[in-house]
Amino acid sequence: MADDRRRLAIIASKGTLDWAYPPFILASTAAAMGWEVGVFFTFYGLTLLKKKITAKVAPHANPAMPMKMPFGPQGFQNIEWPMPNILTANLPGFDHAATALMRRTFKKKGVATIEELRQLSLEAGARLISCQMTAEVFGFRHEDFIDGVEKGGAATFLEFAAEADVSLFI
Amino acid sequence: MSEPFFDQELDCQGLLCPLPVLKTKQVLDSMGTGKVLRLLATDPGSVSDMEAWTRQTGNELLDHREGDGVYTYYVRKV
Repeated sequence: MADDRRRLAIIASKGTLDWAYPPFILASTAAAMGWEVGVFFTFYGLTLLKKKITAKVAPHANPAMPMKMPFGPQGFQNIEWPMPNILTANLPGFDHAATALMRRTFKKKGVATIEELRQLSLEAGARLISCQMTAEVFGFRHEDFIDGVEKGGAATFLEFAAEADVSLFI
Repeated sequence: MSEPFFDQELDCQGLLCPLPVLKTKQVLDSMGTGKVLRLLATDPGSVSDMEAWTRQTGNELLDHREGDGVYTYYVRKV
């Protein structure tokens, strides 16, 4: 297809809350810059196309994740809580609590939700492509995904990426 | 220096990347060619981002000011 716009091709392969952000931030921004955008969702990334996104964050074995509380006095909020692996692996409900804290912190700081960025990406013309192979393996139906999602496979992505100015695997 | 004339205003204070850029795009889409949007933002990253976004889209960044932690941009739709 003849198109002289810049093109961004992304593979979104991760389905945690933290990793859900980069593909949608870049896709929505590139689309807002008038670029042609295609995001191919595969493996765990496929869950980001579901009508209801249930992405969580799992701090276990991630020593780089800052753990701060988004409430209380400023001094308390500034504390970076040490999270030893023995705790993150064994405390029931830890991932759920960490996810709630991250969502709350993002909202408080003025960060868009994944759902918002996804909608803005679509509205700005980004193509969101679901990996049909992964969908079959995970037992996802196309009706599970939001409207506007296309189906595709490796050849679909490669053909699109071959003409891309920026290609990213996330 | 006198303030440039503007037709519409968008308040993105308190919002972080990429929202100021995305909302600017949305509002500018609804405006006519030649109209000027005034954008207010508090995200320090928006300085570099608005410059890049206007370069990429061809819209004109007429002016950019800073004061009291607020960044004010004047963008003309091209």
